[in-house]
Amino acid sequence: MASDTQKVLYGLYNDEEDLKKAVKAANADHMDIMDVYTPFPVHGLDPVLGLKESRLHILGFIYGAIGASFGFGVMSYVFTRDWPIVFGGKPYWSVPAFIPITFEMTVLFAAWGMTLTFYTICGLWPGVKAKTLDNRITDNKFCIAFDITETEDRDSEKIRSFFGKTGAAEVNVKTI
Amino acid sequence: MSQPIAPVRHILIEGNKSYHDITEDLCTPTETTPTREWIVAFTLSAAFLGLYLFAIVWTVWKGIGEWGANRTINWAWDITNFVWWIGIGHAGTLISAILLLFRQRWRTGVNRAAEAMTIFAVVCAGQFPIFHMGRVWLAFFIFPFPNTRGPLWTNFNSPLLWDVFAISTYFSVSLLFWYTGLVPDLATVRDRATGFRRKMYETFSFGWTGSAKHWQRWESLSLILAGISTPLVLSVHTIVSFDFATSVIPGWHTTIFPPYFVAGAIFSGFAMVLTLMLITRKVLKLEEYITVNHIESMNKVIVLTGTIVGVAYLTELFVAWYSGYIYEQFAFYNRVFGVYWWSYFGMMFCNVVSPQLFWSRKIRRSIWWTFFLSIVVNIGMWFERFVIIATTLARDFLPSSWSYYSPTWVEIAIFSGTVGLFFTLYLTFTRVAPVVAIAEVKSILKVAGNQYVEKARKEYQERQQKGTSTTPHTVSEH
Repeated sequence: MASDTQKVLYGLYNDEEDLKKAVKAANADHMDIMDVYTPFPVHGLDPVLGLKESRLHILGFIYGAIGASFGFGVMSYVFTRDWPIVFGGKPYWSVPAFIPITFEMTVLFAAWGMTLTFYTICGLWPGVKAKTLDNRITDNKFCIAFDITETEDRDSEKIRSFFGKTGAAEVNVKTI
Repeated sequence: MSQPIAPVRHILIEGNKSYHDITEDLCTPTETTPTREWIVAFTLSAAFLGLYLFAIVWTVWKGIGEWGANRTINWAWDITNFVWWIGIGHAGTLISAILLLFRQRWRTGVNRAAEAMTIFAVVCAGQFPIFHMGRVWLAFFIFPFPNTRGPLWTNFNSPLLWDVFAISTYFSVSLLFWYTGLVPDLATVRDRATGFRRKMYETFSFGWTGSAKHWQRWESLSLILAGISTPLVLSVHTIVSFDFATSVIPGWHTTIFPPYFVAGAIFSGFAMVLTLMLITRKVLKLEEYITVNHIESMNKVIVLTGTIVGVAYLTELFVAWYSGYIYEQFAFYNRVFGVYWWSYFGMMFCNVVSPQLFWSRKIRRSIWWTFFLSIVVNIGMWFERFVIIATTLARDFLPSSWSYYSPTWVEIAIFSGTVGLFFTLYLTFTRVAPVVAIAEVKSILKVAGNQYVEKARKEYQERQQKGTSTTPHTVSEH
């Protein structure tokens, strides 16, 4: 397990505006930010960090399409091939009556598919131990973290002075 | 502050809160020993839950002949209660999904509790059709699956089966939406806890860290779930109304039912949210997060949906008269002046007349009036479902089978028992998870916190006094 641990140098900021300025400064300095942790979604942070827009919605569409075809397909198969029954003189393949269930299946598949994908790609699952740098990150601190596992001697002074310049309230090292 | 604040912006968080104050205030109820009020309320709810269990066992043991429902009025209290509970659930999804799409910031104060209410209300609703089946151990027959009965499938053309799909989808999607929103807040509780509690919340928060990429995906997921929950919630009550509207019974066979049911659902749901929130904010001391502005916004929704429902009632009567069809006319004459006239007038008074009081700003912003009227609306919406079901069935096609219905003690016990079930679940929820969405409240602090709004107002007034000609570029702000 020793190879999995990372040594992290991180700074805590008191305000999201300070955090955004610091991230911009780090970008200008070509510093390699490991991750940024915040207590709530900070708007305007993603473009500064260079995060691409999430593609979860594309998957949502695909899951929904699968759900729709599955629902409609099963109903069509059952009522035309497997066990055709006349209900009130209507045709076997009574498409308008299939719409509500097809719609519900679309929503069901899209929602479950997207949510399970979200937890999987984020590595979030019951039993996962959170790699918490500081307990106050989910409270009121905004954190920028640098991975210094391999580059400690070269970089840590530079990173510390960067935190000093950008107004970090605290700077710490932690192995996670 | 980089975000401009319009001077007309409402204050949604009072008391000069900092981010840490928000965490402190909203996590505390899960960390302290329960108050005496909570224990009393919980004991009472659990007692009703016990009554519910007793009455359900009684029903299953003896059969549904123990209910007052009869050959003519075969859908009675049970389906009334089912539709009532499902309707109540709708406000939660409306607040969390539709108001998210409309970017209504006041939703953050109440969405978590309203979503929880949705889930618990659907749990209560589900009891009624399941036990109305009689042989409840065969309830799994409602799901289509390859079986040894042929395979004999369910009837996919039946609105009752659509209901199975609609409600199970609604329940599970609401659960996902609610829990995904809850994960970051459970992480907040986790990071404040120690020992066994920390381990427990570690499991429930799935290892959440607050990474920027996770937040981005989380927001994207919430937005899309909101986007698909919106048509979902509209479809659920539409399909519930199809249970009636696709039948050929005069009084039920009307095209107005879907919009009328959806409006009624939102109406009753907001009333229930208000009832719950007014108690919750008092007992958990959350007055600074669920402010009078929140209450006023919800009351505006009540007056709107109450009026829509009122228009629907009158439209129904007009169309029955205008159709020139005597059987339809009889059904509606009977609905108003028939054996159940008292429930019709109860409904009209509670749903159409009483919410009109909310046109007055003073009443809209009064806690006591709101609490009182929210209960009245809940009663009114129960009457509505009873009116639709019982009055219509009481006078069916054959005068020889006309009948009257009144509930037995078993039905009364089951209904009041589901209220106990609902409150037991809700009270448990207030102890284990933050009832107000912590992260979401923090994210609106700088645009809706009182200190920021007041500052923006002051700056705006100063600019106004200096004269707009000197600062023409700021005029667009209001």
